[in-house]
Amino acid sequence: MAALSETLLLIAFFSYFASTILFAVSLTGKKWRNKEGDMSGNRWGTFGYTVAIIGFLFAMGYFFTRWAAAGHPPVSNMFEYTAFLGITLTLGFIVIYAIYKSNVLGLFTMPIAMLIIAYASIFPREVEPLIPALQSYWLHIHVITTAIGQGILAVSFVAGLVYLIRVIDTSKEQKNKQTFFLEFIMYCLASVLAFVVVSNAFNLAGFESEFNYVNELGEEAEITYNLPPVFGPHEGEVADENQMDALITMPDWVESEDLNTVFWSLASGLVLYGLLRLIFRKRLSYALKPVLKGVSPDKADEVSYRAIAIGFPIFTLGGLIFAMIWAQIAWTRFWGWDPKEVWALITFLFYAAYLHLRLSRGWHGAPSAWLAVIGFAIIMFNLIFVNLVIAGLHSYA
Amino acid sequence: MLSMSKVSCECGHINPEGTEICESCGKPLQHENKQVLNMRYEGVARRSQTYNKSIVDKIWNFFSSVKVGVWIIVLTLLASSLGTIFPQELFIPPNVDPAAHYAQEYGVAGKVYYTLGFHNLYGSWWYMGLIAALGTSLIIASIDRVVPLYRALKTQRVTRHTGFMKRQRLYGTSQPENVDETMAEAKELLKSKRYNIREENGNLVAEKNRFSRWGPYVNHLGLIIFLLGAMLRFFPGMYVDENVWVRDGETVVLPGTDGEYYLENEEFVLELYDEEDERFVESMARTSDPVVETFQTNAVLYEREQGDTIGVDGELTRIDEHPIEVNDPLTFDNFSVYQVDYKLNEFSDMSFELTNRETDEAVGQIDIDLFDPEDTYELDDGYAVDIHSYFPDFFFTDDGDPSTRSSVPDNPAFIFEMSGPDLEEPEISFVGIQQNMDVNGDNQYGMNFADLDTNHVTALTVRKDLTLPFLIVGGSIFMIGLIQGSYWAHRRIWLQRGEDGSVHLAGHTNKNWQSLKRDFEALSNQTELQVPADQIEEKEKKEEAEKENETSSRNEKE
Repeated sequence: MAALSETLLLIAFFSYFASTILFAVSLTGKKWRNKEGDMSGNRWGTFGYTVAIIGFLFAMGYFFTRWAAAGHPPVSNMFEYTAFLGITLTLGFIVIYAIYKSNVLGLFTMPIAMLIIAYASIFPREVEPLIPALQSYWLHIHVITTAIGQGILAVSFVAGLVYLIRVIDTSKEQKNKQTFFLEFIMYCLASVLAFVVVSNAFNLAGFESEFNYVNELGEEAEITYNLPPVFGPHEGEVADENQMDALITMPDWVESEDLNTVFWSLASGLVLYGLLRLIFRKRLSYALKPVLKGVSPDKADEVSYRAIAIGFPIFTLGGLIFAMIWAQIAWTRFWGWDPKEVWALITFLFYAAYLHLRLSRGWHGAPSAWLAVIGFAIIMFNLIFVNLVIAGLHSYA
Repeated sequence: MLSMSKVSCECGHINPEGTEICESCGKPLQHENKQVLNMRYEGVARRSQTYNKSIVDKIWNFFSSVKVGVWIIVLTLLASSLGTIFPQELFIPPNVDPAAHYAQEYGVAGKVYYTLGFHNLYGSWWYMGLIAALGTSLIIASIDRVVPLYRALKTQRVTRHTGFMKRQRLYGTSQPENVDETMAEAKELLKSKRYNIREENGNLVAEKNRFSRWGPYVNHLGLIIFLLGAMLRFFPGMYVDENVWVRDGETVVLPGTDGEYYLENEEFVLELYDEEDERFVESMARTSDPVVETFQTNAVLYEREQGDTIGVDGELTRIDEHPIEVNDPLTFDNFSVYQVDYKLNEFSDMSFELTNRETDEAVGQIDIDLFDPEDTYELDDGYAVDIHSYFPDFFFTDDGDPSTRSSVPDNPAFIFEMSGPDLEEPEISFVGIQQNMDVNGDNQYGMNFADLDTNHVTALTVRKDLTLPFLIVGGSIFMIGLIQGSYWAHRRIWLQRGEDGSVHLAGHTNKNWQSLKRDFEALSNQTELQVPADQIEEKEKKEEAEKENETSSRNEKE
């Protein structure tokens, strides 16, 4: 059952890939159709949408088979939650596409959903038993609803990105904050992709470096690196001579393995981004511009807002209200200022500010799109940084 | 207010002072220019926009501003994030000095964090102040808008002033061959799209989802109730939060219940996941630690008979029993008792043998209850052991004196006084875990460790929270309002006959203009009416085209 579920996720992944290509064709192939006088464009977009739905159904197949195998919904560790977030992003897309029929949204959403699922795959994938606090159907209702809300909110980021690439003049002559940060988003996306590829490559090759080192308490400890150790642990020595030794040894107060991981993600991102720049000979956001030529900025702006209008109540319900109900049952109090709770509140406040700025102060267009980008950054920060770095009651993974 | 300051419109309607758009016919009363009308709040007169004299006006205007509201939200957001940089005080280990802890763990940054009071940020006066400001802003901003908005939407007439129509974002005119027929067709179509139709002099307004305009005010009301409910916690009797440790077999009074309820821990049970479990075999192989599947206290609840004085053990009546698990508390009379923690194998009883050192013969054995040791243990043949001192959690102080850290027997130690018929003076011996010392020279007798009994201890939290019903009501109202305002949009379409046989079309929505446009597209597909122009989009397109022209002409020059 567990093996079947992994296969289904893989099929979903490749369906999303196929969907991306179909959406790309729908945008670039439009001109031929117009010559024939076909005003409604071509049907490739519909194909892309259909394949996206098929992919989503396979992803649901993964979700329920893994649920059956584990005996609990697969949303309780980093792999499971992150993969599910990728899936809910495609769900959000399916909902929004039904309203706006935006092919360009598909072209951008599908790869980002793939990226999130691929990123999930670098965390341990085994089925884990649940500790007592997690054995509650309210937990599963809370987490699943939150993920759906975040997935739909992520669509607003994608639409915001489409808006920004479409509208901002990113030609070489322009050098300002907007062009810089737009390129920075491109670099971040490249960085995630490169890191996923590098981690999986070393993983497949079975790379390991085991160190005996002295930790910050002055005790002897062991640590295993799954990426080549550029930054080794304090007084670290490789356990096996055949394994790679660290290039630089860090002092004891540095979490050397985390630093090493950060280094690899940033460095591999730089390499990939640099290569892409060499190939295109222009900013990546500029290279994407021709694809977006026929896109209406006003529509992209509204899609971005609409995704927040749909996702925000769902996120609030799952991330705050259901979360409080579960916390009251599991932890005796509905609110405890745990970092993850606080960051859910921050996400809520951020989107609340967005809605007030947009609806009452008329923040449309670029400012609104930038806020959608920041909102997504907060969601990812809460998922990755708060879970892995700020330890709290939520760090199970 | 004086009737003098009222604004009367040419249609005859008397508007309150400060009105921008006539509540009845829609004639723009201010800003005589060609811009698209600002339709926010229907151009009604709001108190905050009209009066600014007294101090009350000034406070009202401050808190009714959305700009101020957004600033409060953003400040709360930033303040909240500060509290997650380092753990809050309630997450650091108990029994440590917070000042030393933050400095030691996080260095200079930790010291600053502690000094600024960020270790207890969410309980600080200024954080509370931000939340209070948020609440005030919610109340004032809502009242400032909802009252006049309600009046304006109720007052609006079907026939609108031409100035109103022309200055809508979506506006156009059509010249149908048969106006009557076209209007009738349009009416049917809009009806089928679930618009409410009102007609006057052959003109019509189609309106739908007006209720969604109340969404923001409903959700604000919910939030206000929620915040007020949360404040109730500070009233005595509303909130109880107590912890209690109960040993296997022990019956204790539940703290926070005024001595009314007692709880017996019949047995504490801990279950681990089976390492052979097929589902988890791989993940459990990764860590060597066993994973707890469940832990529970088999609890019996007793109520003390009425009339007994507190502090005196009255008759206890068994009223309930319940296995308390994480996620499954024992609930009674507004109280809930939760499973929160446990400690396995805590020392409970220790046995020692009084032994003659020369003959190695045991005189007798004493069994000490580590939670309630007796002063003297009598043995046969006139021997006795007195407990001179007892240190449940023994350690040496800096001065070298024996002492105890707590009353929990984690490291029990004793000073025994042994006496017997063959001893002139009692002999004194210090006995702890792996320690056995004669205090005054060589003793004839010794206390030898014989046996140790352990016990499981369960940690329970006793909770009463009478604020919950308010929070549930507030939360529910908030959610209803949020959905009401988010998932529907208020749309209006005006169709008005012109003098020259034309039809004026105008449309307004508070959001999702693309969807409103689709309704107009349907209208133009089915009738002779044409899709009105989007005046804002046209303006933006024109500006973009101008910009592009500039760029291309610049490029050509180069």
